[in-house]
Amino acid sequence: MQNPTTGRMRSRRRILKAAAASAALSGVGFPAIVRGQSALNVGVLLPVSGPQAFIGQSCKRGADIAAEALGALGYKVPLKLMHADTETNVDVARSRAEKLINDGAHVLVGPFDSGAAAAIAQVAEQKGVPFVINIAAAPQITEQGYKYVFRNFPTARDIVGDGLALIGDLFRATNTAPRTAVFMHVTDTFGQAMRKGIGAALPKLDFLPFKVVETISYDLAARDLSVEIAKAKATRADFMLLVSRLNDAILLRREIVKQRWNMMGIVSPGSPGMYEEQYYKTLGPLANYAISNVPWYDPKAALTAVVDKAFTKRFPKDKLMFHALNVGYTFESLLIVADAFRRAQSTDANALTQAIRATDIKTRMMIGGPIKFNAKGQVEGNRSACVQNLNQRPTVVLPAASAEAKPVFPWPHYKSA
Amino acid sequence: MPLDFYLNATLSGALTGLVYGLMALGLSVIFGVVRVVNFAHGEMMTAAMYVAILLAAALGLDPLVAMFPIGALMFVAGYLLQRTLINPFIVRPEHTQFMLMVAVAIILVNAQLLIFGPNARNVQVEYALDSYAIGEIIIDKVRVYAALAALAVAAALFAFFRFTLTGKAIRACADNHLGAQVVGLNVKQLYAITFGIGAACVGAAGCMLLLLVDVTPVQGPGYTLLAFIIVIVGGMGSLTGALVAGLVIGVSEALGGLLILPSAKSMATFAILILVLLFRPEGLLGRRA
Repeated sequence: MQNPTTGRMRSRRRILKAAAASAALSGVGFPAIVRGQSALNVGVLLPVSGPQAFIGQSCKRGADIAAEALGALGYKVPLKLMHADTETNVDVARSRAEKLINDGAHVLVGPFDSGAAAAIAQVAEQKGVPFVINIAAAPQITEQGYKYVFRNFPTARDIVGDGLALIGDLFRATNTAPRTAVFMHVTDTFGQAMRKGIGAALPKLDFLPFKVVETISYDLAARDLSVEIAKAKATRADFMLLVSRLNDAILLRREIVKQRWNMMGIVSPGSPGMYEEQYYKTLGPLANYAISNVPWYDPKAALTAVVDKAFTKRFPKDKLMFHALNVGYTFESLLIVADAFRRAQSTDANALTQAIRATDIKTRMMIGGPIKFNAKGQVEGNRSACVQNLNQRPTVVLPAASAEAKPVFPWPHYKSA
Repeated sequence: MPLDFYLNATLSGALTGLVYGLMALGLSVIFGVVRVVNFAHGEMMTAAMYVAILLAAALGLDPLVAMFPIGALMFVAGYLLQRTLINPFIVRPEHTQFMLMVAVAIILVNAQLLIFGPNARNVQVEYALDSYAIGEIIIDKVRVYAALAALAVAAALFAFFRFTLTGKAIRACADNHLGAQVVGLNVKQLYAITFGIGAACVGAAGCMLLLLVDVTPVQGPGYTLLAFIIVIVGGMGSLTGALVAGLVIGVSEALGGLLILPSAKSMATFAILILVLLFRPEGLLGRRA
């Protein structure tokens, strides 16, 4: 064969020699190219549209700043994030997970929802792809004997246990003793898991002075919660125990004011909604005094400073405190993935799974012990804080060691808000 | 539970039901005359709600004031939609009409998602959190205003169909399509006007509903379904029926939530639909075929 540009004859032997030399050079002389070709494809599944869109977008910021923050921590591993929207829909979450895997995702991360997490976990097990859950609390997800599913977030049982214990601390700190509570919760998978957890835990916690006089469930996509609040008001309960999401938490607060219901306050034993930025933006001063006992970040941790810096650089008009839980746990899930990839040095599913299982990260942003998975793939030791809305920002009021202010309970009359 | 809670719930449900009724009135008008089921009805309403939000943000217009320009805008949009897109489908099989309107609905939802994003939005009026107290009964002020506005629009619509020549001509088209053509009525024009009136109705209803609920692009199909149920319960094509059924559905949602389970309140709506289909398929105020 004649080369048209040089005019030299090319023999098959010469081509083979050139190919061999090229292969040898790429392996020895240009290792960076090999590393570059083997980037880890991370499928990030979040509800960036639908009823949980705001929280999903908040979580996504944790993924958006991951490269910057991981780089600052010395993780030079190449991660390629593949984003997918679960549309706050379990079936969509399942199909998006399948598509991500078909498109080459080596590991999945997400999805801020227990129902979606359960669906994605099934896909991950079927396909043999590791799945690191950022936020989802239903206990059964890590009770199925799955091999590829990992969760760095407390289960509903743990959240409820911590949340109720903190309610006891709140009453002691404010020298109050409400006698009755009305328990309101969303009917999604998370809400049901929390209801079960609270139902099981409350009778054992004899140090709590109150009894739940009525449990009221409502649809996450409800347009109007006036009936629910009318029913809750009819119980004449001293305070409301609330397991909510964001939009419904806003609707509930408005309706409480419209129906002129003056109670001692709203306390969440561990759910999103009332500490989200949108809650403050929409309700203004009415957002104040709501209390959420939730897994929270340690404002004094070194990793928090790193994440805060990356967050401020990427989102200069925003503040980390309004996205703390969402950004913190989403970032930590990507930290787990990056750490495992660095140790595994492979995109192979089984090697990654083994590396994730052997995770032991002591430097954390979120409050709790080191990130270590137990045999079920669950991180134990994540802890909650009592976070109260004061001056329209989330403020840690308990435990006392981490408190930024003293708790206010009962809340003032809404007209003085 | 004290009696005043039932009274509260009934009153609240009735007031919301009147707005639902106006929303369904638009659907009923369109079906009654043009014989096309507008499966993009809820999506058209959410579009009107977003326009009301824009007007509130730009000009500080209260949605109850904004309903006049928005009603006019929706009339023009509905008129043009009928003349350009829907009219060729009038004589085609029903399933093609259905597909056309579903396509319009999907386009509207996705356009709203693209433009406004997925987050819930609302308009905060000064009286948003106010209420009237009559003894133990507390009535939400915005609900009262919205219901009164719905009644006023419905009354204007009834007057239009009863007392104006165009209204009478539209009723003639609905009663006897062939006869209307024979006497020389411009049926195409009347169909477009009717569609415009239906769109204006749903636009006004959207402005009123914006005082009661937040708006998201994905809620359109839910409202289409609700309007459809109300029209079936009231009687296809019956204007009074739509208003009465709106009241029935509003009250049943409220009482169903109190008596059964709040999360199952839409169950009451569907139970009424099934009962009507079983025992009075022509609807509460519909005419037997």
